[in-house]
Amino acid sequence: MLSRTADNLYWIARYIERAETAARLLEVGARIALLPSAAGYRNEWDSLLSASGTASAFSEKYGEAIQRNLESWFFFDRDNPSSVASCITNARENARIVRTALTSQVWDALNTAFQELKAMERRPRSQLALSQLTEWATRNSALVRGCIDATLLRNDGWDFLNLGFNLERADNTARLMDVKYYVLLPRADFVGSGLDNYQWTTLLRSMSAHRAFHWAYGGDVTSDKIADFLILNRQCPRGLITCVDGMNKHLDQLATAYGKSNDAQVKAKHLLTELSGLTVSDIFEEGLHEFLTRFIRDVATLGAAVHESYLNGDQR
Amino acid sequence: MTTYFNEMFLGNKVREPYRGLKDWMATMPAELRQMKQAEAEDLFRRIGITFAVYGEGGDPDRLIPFDMFPRVFSAQEWFKLERGIKQRARALNAFLVDVYGRGEIVRAGRIPAHLVYQNEAYEKAVVGFVPPKGVYSHIVGIDLVRTGPDEFFVLEDNCRTPSGVSYMLENREIMMRMFPDLFRENRIEPVDSYPELLRHTLASVAPSKCNGDPTIAILTPGHFNSAYYEHSFLADLMGVELVEGQDLFVEGEFVYMRTTEGPKRLDVIYRRIDDAFIDPLCFRPDSMLGVPGLMDVYRSGGVSICSAPGAGVADDKAVYTFVPEMIRFYLGEEPILNNVPTWQCGKADDCKYVLDHLNELVVKEVHGSGGYGMLVGPKATKEMVETFRAKITSHPENYIAQPTLALSTTPTFVEEGVAPRHVDLRPYCLVGERIELVPGGLTRVALTEGSLVVNSSQGGGVKDTWVLAE
Amino acid sequence: MLLKVHHTTRYSYDAPVRTLVQSHRMMPSVFEGQKVLNWEVSVTSGQKGGGFRDGAGDWIQAWTVIGPVSEVEVVVQGLVETVDLAGVLRGHRETVCPDVYLRETHLTYADDKVQALAAGVDHGSGPLSLAHALSHRVAEAITYRPGATDAATSASEAVERGEGVCQDHAHVLIALAKALGMPARYVSGYLLADSDGVAHEAAHAWAEVYVKDLGWVGFDPANECCPDDRYIRVGSGFDAQDAAPIRGIARGPGEESLVVTVKVEESAQTQAQSQQ
Repeated sequence: MLSRTADNLYWIARYIERAETAARLLEVGARIALLPSAAGYRNEWDSLLSASGTASAFSEKYGEAIQRNLESWFFFDRDNPSSVASCITNARENARIVRTALTSQVWDALNTAFQELKAMERRPRSQLALSQLTEWATRNSALVRGCIDATLLRNDGWDFLNLGFNLERADNTARLMDVKYYVLLPRADFVGSGLDNYQWTTLLRSMSAHRAFHWAYGGDVTSDKIADFLILNRQCPRGLITCVDGMNKHLDQLATAYGKSNDAQVKAKHLLTELSGLTVSDIFEEGLHEFLTRFIRDVATLGAAVHESYLNGDQR
Repeated sequence: MTTYFNEMFLGNKVREPYRGLKDWMATMPAELRQMKQAEAEDLFRRIGITFAVYGEGGDPDRLIPFDMFPRVFSAQEWFKLERGIKQRARALNAFLVDVYGRGEIVRAGRIPAHLVYQNEAYEKAVVGFVPPKGVYSHIVGIDLVRTGPDEFFVLEDNCRTPSGVSYMLENREIMMRMFPDLFRENRIEPVDSYPELLRHTLASVAPSKCNGDPTIAILTPGHFNSAYYEHSFLADLMGVELVEGQDLFVEGEFVYMRTTEGPKRLDVIYRRIDDAFIDPLCFRPDSMLGVPGLMDVYRSGGVSICSAPGAGVADDKAVYTFVPEMIRFYLGEEPILNNVPTWQCGKADDCKYVLDHLNELVVKEVHGSGGYGMLVGPKATKEMVETFRAKITSHPENYIAQPTLALSTTPTFVEEGVAPRHVDLRPYCLVGERIELVPGGLTRVALTEGSLVVNSSQGGGVKDTWVLAE
Repeated sequence: MLLKVHHTTRYSYDAPVRTLVQSHRMMPSVFEGQKVLNWEVSVTSGQKGGGFRDGAGDWIQAWTVIGPVSEVEVVVQGLVETVDLAGVLRGHRETVCPDVYLRETHLTYADDKVQALAAGVDHGSGPLSLAHALSHRVAEAITYRPGATDAATSASEAVERGEGVCQDHAHVLIALAKALGMPARYVSGYLLADSDGVAHEAAHAWAEVYVKDLGWVGFDPANECCPDDRYIRVGSGFDAQDAAPIRGIARGPGEESLVVTVKVEESAQTQAQSQQ
């Protein structure tokens, strides 16, 4: 297929996943903010901005990190390239360009989300509760993903879409986990406290994973179990290893279909091998934040390799 | 008071081709009609067929209004039209081959040299190059109007990249979905072979260096273009890639598509971008839409470009006047379809006549399109007439004038029920190894009462166009 | 005369570029005034693309370089035997109708200032002497001064400045001739430097005017003469942009810089031959 078409498909998936993450970040923030604030904490919302990598752009525009501004920033603001509105609009525009590579169901789902978004933008903000916004975003990304799963031809376009989903999700899960690092940074003595557990649970909740976690692990929520679940457990749908596994699967399929292997495939395999050999204590020994930072960088490098290998049009 | 030919009613009598619609029209309750109309609109929006007008702003997802009342031709009527259209398409192509070669028609004094050689659309870069099968214009869209039972006139020719064919196909699709009974009761010629015929036409003009099955693609200026939907629709129906300039590159003697599997050679390009933007190395150096080096590949036989660069000189409004001459000169035949009588403001006598009769005439800019830069004398305000008088006086050669034609009407659904509205017709003639014409075309309708302007950019709508089987 | 040409154009990019594409108009024309004894064009790591003779009689040759590259050098080397035809382009095969060259371009548009140069010029003695007279007017109106103008300077701007280079002389002459109804075009080529050391541009340009019954005739206002055996004719077009010997583009962010060197010499063999 045309490299540009593949690129459009890949980005549809990334934008949809990213829109969902923006909504989930909002959700975590709102929940953490419900806790009584104690002196010595960092502002909870600041930690979200840091994790999303948009702190400076936000403060330039809004200044104070209060909930209403955060809602605007993460949901409606077109100046934030990662806001729900920006992502949905971009996903739909990419879909319009490659309309014929999609089924009418997928197009319908994306187009409807876009039309609803425009309608929402016209409503007074006082009528829109935060939970309504975040639920709308997660529901619509699930709908798009479902339509893709149920109706799309399993060809190379399918692989590029799923590469996009997995790559973006790996990056986003790592960033969401890192929120915890920013929240707790100043006070190491909170580790293991009730507050600590509450925050971990909130994190799980924001990934719609707390029930799954209890099924898989049971008992108390501890940082060890959580790290194991979100990083190393292949049963976790947002887990890092699950996403890396997914990338490997689709890169392998592409290599088979095209009859040639490349750098992206090699890099993905390395990453999977590394994760497979790790234990939770290895990760904590390195430091969770350090591990996540390194992982986010590795995923970005893999993304660049995918771009070089398939999407930039310079393949030979 | 002008009387207009109504294609359905002759006095109180229903004309033969419309007989099958008489009861349908009479028995459709208003609620059903509204429901169907809403259904049609929903279908159009769902499939994404919209029309964005350049520079108008507003909703980029605007729909062209669709009128459900079909426009009908009998088999005999169509037979004549078909012969006339094909004749015209042949003559226009013969003209193009000639003026980029020896220019016999100019030497013979049948058309003034300056109209051809100093025409903006005449491309020096392709002089002496004969495109495969000697075809320059592969899709000829001929705009026709009707003024009586047997009176058809050609309003203009479109030899470059006539748009609108997606509406012909979608209008039919939607009518068949909504009114299957109508299609059971009337024997209507199908139009859905168009994409396949187009693909065959394009394949038949593959370049000499292509061996085997030619790879075809549609070249679009991009998704911001108002006709992007049509580009992607046709690509999809033909099963070919829809490419932008950035998807193509030249290497050695050929042009390639950038694909995820590496370069893929391209043999035939159905381009929907203007000559000026095709290749920055040959035409406008600032063009970002085209493919650098494409014209060199084309002129050395490595790729075919449809329509061929330079084809526009045949559909210039000033050259239009001479199409009947072309038919006589190249084919030795008399024109089957007539031109509208045209005054060339560039000629002193004509210009005087035009300036004296501005209130009665339609004045057009020679290079204008889409109903802009046009004066409809009888409908124009004093100021508009005076503005045009000044424009014509300062650049007479830029204008032509024609009598205001009594465009035929067909019944059209309006707020109050059914009423006559003015229509035109654009059939799409395909020219490759063979000449093909699907029985039908795009009927455009002026939805405003009394209006003669059918352009979609100015409030026109579209209808399904039927040709009845014998 | 036997003329030896060595012409290099070196493109350097501050960051590597890919898919460099060029369209060359660099082969000497085929007509009775010149005969190519040998001529070679090379492009660093270039792949030859399609080549063909266009309607104006020019040989067009496409080149591509896949890259990534940071430097590309186009080298032209050749030997041409010329004879003096007093500027007349005899025996040149072309299909473009001369009327095409009446068309206006931005660079050759004759505004009032340009047209004023033709004021009072004698039309009586026929088109050929009229063209000579125009050429003379242009030479008077524009003093040769390198650097006074650039590639984008139009005829009108050049007249306003009153100075320029061969490109400007040619543009103004073309504009004037067209304004008087004579087709005219831009010609690029090479010129042998004078033995008296007068500075010239070895990569040269002049104009051709279509004279009824005689055909295309070259005029070089810069040197106040018609092209003779010191000239090698290469390509033509409406104006300098249209007749450019190299048109090219590369893909990538690299900023381009250009170094051109041209040397035209009389070959040693020439004297031997002309003495015979």
